[in-house]
Amino acid sequence: MKKKLSPVSSLFLVLIFFILYAPIFFLIFYSFNSGGTMFNFESFTLDWYRELFGDTRLLIIVLNTLVIALLSALISTIIGVIGALFIHSVRKRQTKNTFLSLNSVLIVSPDVIIGASFLILFTMAGIKLGFYSVLLAHIAFSVPIVVLMVLPKLMEMSPTYIDAARDLGASNMGVLTKVILPYITPGIFAGFFMALTYSLDDFAVTFFVTGNGFSTLSVEIYSLARRGVSLNINALSSLLFLFTVILVIGYYFITKRSTKSGGMGVRK
Amino acid sequence: MENKAKFNLYSIPYFLWVVFFVVAPIVLVLYYSLFDIDGNFSLVNYKNFFTPVYLMMTLNSFWYALLITFFSLLFAYPTAYLLTKTKHKQLWLLLIIVPSWINLLLKAYAFLGIFGTYGAANKFLEAIGIGSKQILFTDFSFIFVSVYIFIPFMILPIFNALNKLNPSFMDAANDLGASTWTTFRRVIFPLTLDGVKSGCQVVFIPALSLFMLTRLISGNRVITLGTAIEQHFLVIQDWGMGSTIAVFLIIFMFLIMALTGARKRGV
Amino acid sequence: MKQLVRVFLTIILVSIVLLFITNRLNQSQGLSGGNTLTVYNWGDYIDTDLIDQFEKETGIKVIYETFDSNEAMMTKIEQGGTTYDVAVPSEYMIDKMIKEDLLIQLDHSKLTNLENIDERFLDLPFDPDNVYSIPYFWGTVGIVYNPEMLNGMEITSWNDLWDPKLKNEILLIDGAREVIGMGLNSLHYSLNDTNPLHLQEAKAKLDLLTPNIKAIVGDENKLLLANKEAAIGITWSGDASEIMSENEDLDYVVPSEGSNLWFDNMVIPKTAKNIDGAHAFINFMLDAKVSAQNTEYVSYSTPNKAALEFLPEEVVKDERFYPSPELTDKLEVYENLGKRNLATYNELFLEFKMHRK
Repeated sequence: MKKKLSPVSSLFLVLIFFILYAPIFFLIFYSFNSGGTMFNFESFTLDWYRELFGDTRLLIIVLNTLVIALLSALISTIIGVIGALFIHSVRKRQTKNTFLSLNSVLIVSPDVIIGASFLILFTMAGIKLGFYSVLLAHIAFSVPIVVLMVLPKLMEMSPTYIDAARDLGASNMGVLTKVILPYITPGIFAGFFMALTYSLDDFAVTFFVTGNGFSTLSVEIYSLARRGVSLNINALSSLLFLFTVILVIGYYFITKRSTKSGGMGVRK
Repeated sequence: MENKAKFNLYSIPYFLWVVFFVVAPIVLVLYYSLFDIDGNFSLVNYKNFFTPVYLMMTLNSFWYALLITFFSLLFAYPTAYLLTKTKHKQLWLLLIIVPSWINLLLKAYAFLGIFGTYGAANKFLEAIGIGSKQILFTDFSFIFVSVYIFIPFMILPIFNALNKLNPSFMDAANDLGASTWTTFRRVIFPLTLDGVKSGCQVVFIPALSLFMLTRLISGNRVITLGTAIEQHFLVIQDWGMGSTIAVFLIIFMFLIMALTGARKRGV
Repeated sequence: MKQLVRVFLTIILVSIVLLFITNRLNQSQGLSGGNTLTVYNWGDYIDTDLIDQFEKETGIKVIYETFDSNEAMMTKIEQGGTTYDVAVPSEYMIDKMIKEDLLIQLDHSKLTNLENIDERFLDLPFDPDNVYSIPYFWGTVGIVYNPEMLNGMEITSWNDLWDPKLKNEILLIDGAREVIGMGLNSLHYSLNDTNPLHLQEAKAKLDLLTPNIKAIVGDENKLLLANKEAAIGITWSGDASEIMSENEDLDYVVPSEGSNLWFDNMVIPKTAKNIDGAHAFINFMLDAKVSAQNTEYVSYSTPNKAALEFLPEEVVKDERFYPSPELTDKLEVYENLGKRNLATYNELFLEFKMHRK
């Protein structure tokens, strides 16, 4: 399997990664600009970073954002996996397609509509706007992406697999935890990470359903747009980015060492 | 048959989600779509949708979503394929996702800088002798940035599909004298079809209602249904017309799902 | 499976730790206490040192929340579910909010600093006698341009923009009222015109402008103009002064045919819980020195006459951002045209956007 990549292939991958990271390096580069704008680099400064420390309001917002992202991704992954298992278990083609379509309604609806209708629903239900309403909303719009990431793994799993396990005397629970879940783990992780992306990126829905002093980084950044986004936001993003990369690499090598099949679940 | 009942019990959280966060909003949107701008009950919004302006927008939305999906697939497939062949493939895959965690508005601003008249992209074009071009506010930049944003969603499912492929399959095919292209077309691609389908869905469906990039990157030269909804909701607060467009988006999505959905698989 | 469980447990653990830290931080900020005031404002639209000062003087803790559009803000206030004690909408939105009964009448006896405000910014049609709102900042809509990129060509009016020499040089702002209004003004009609014939005429005239338009953009126009992406931008004076502080080559002009005069005013929404605190906050912001400090930070035009004395002369004397009463009398404030007319504006604007060269 591990044949060397040809030079052309390596070049292609390098190019893809370069493009993916170019805007981020652009942001990091200007976070050191004393000029205060994202063009005309004047001179090197660490002022924007200095400004960050001591800004407790921003720190609270960052922590809020992380908690919401992690928890909503986790819960929506669980619900999404259940949903995928259910849709997969439906035998009738038409019912299956109906559920698949219902599942994708939130993906096709623009954020403003989701935000506005959630706001109406939450106020009707008497849910206090703030942490819980934002968490609920994020869980809600992340579920479909998890389902769509898990389903292909379920579909490619051959039914004989499950039959064999059952023949060997496995219970339903046993089949689920010993056979199905391990098999679809890569899909589960993919869903989890995409749910994280959805949560971290969302502005419009969060804006509508938040309140009572609770705010996330996206809401903060978008509301800065009218007056111009200050470079300390660049500095903040750079730090978060660096932190994430270190975390990802660290996590990868730790799991690599402790289990043979580490990372996002290669199962071989 | 008994296991079906069991699954239903497990499925309760998912059903609750469907009822509260899918069906309820749909009902709400349908309800709002039946009121005209003065708050009177009428079907005028539905009539309005069938005017040239909105039909044109619908066409635009589909055309750009199609282009975005096509180019995402074009670049995502080889990327995913090559990733499965690298040494630390799981790590590289994670690193593909990490950029998507940086705020979208900031990345868009970065692209404004990179693609600008005096930006890095034009400096490069000048250096290789092509000369400065207008990149911002063109179809190219719009599709480029959209693909940039959606590509992780395409790479992931394809990677997962490719990753489980048994290398002995390919060896067998090669042994039987199949060329690389034939191996790919006859053996690899069909086996990854579910992943590709899932990737196309998670790119095409949200791309239909893109709105922020249409302003930021294409300077409102690309007008899609998403832009119109945004304007109806946030500029004149005409929730009726906004909801009507959303109803049509949902209908389109149902049609797409019916066309691409589970066909041969009854399992 | 083991791996899944482990990852999930880690995430839960991390979240609990983060929640705990956030809680402690909130407590240390005094935000979970009783005496708080929620201010709902545009992002970065106040000098935060002043908030600290206000907190010290009154002992009230300020929660600062932000929005990015008037309409979104109104939706939030309309739906309730959250507390906002003070908000800062623009004038046309105030008119709408009064009609929808979303605002509380101000108690002028508690606003002793109201006399600091220039009389020409009081008692305006959108809020007669300032029953509901007090001016915060004001400005105009006009043209920012780069004389150097235009080879010294001077721009003084809306009609100058139709010059064929300006091909692909204009960045319009993404606002239906602003753009259609510009078409109306260029034909010497009122900004608040609702005559369908006049509107059609304006749209037809705007269609002729398309070859000159590079893009229709939002808040990012500041970045683009300062970066010389285009020579001309249509924008609000507040943005213009921001752009000009970043690129000194640029100039700003209020077109001779007339233009829009806008206000951002402080109001107390129906959702308010701390009404006394809200009055105290508004009165605090009206103080001459406070207002001057805030103006220096925000760099928009202040309606506070008394504050002008504390501001540098070159700022106050700048006719571009502090136009004389003769000029401001010629400018028009947006009236609330009602949903129907606004929909017509919006429809025309959408059609204009779809119009291709």
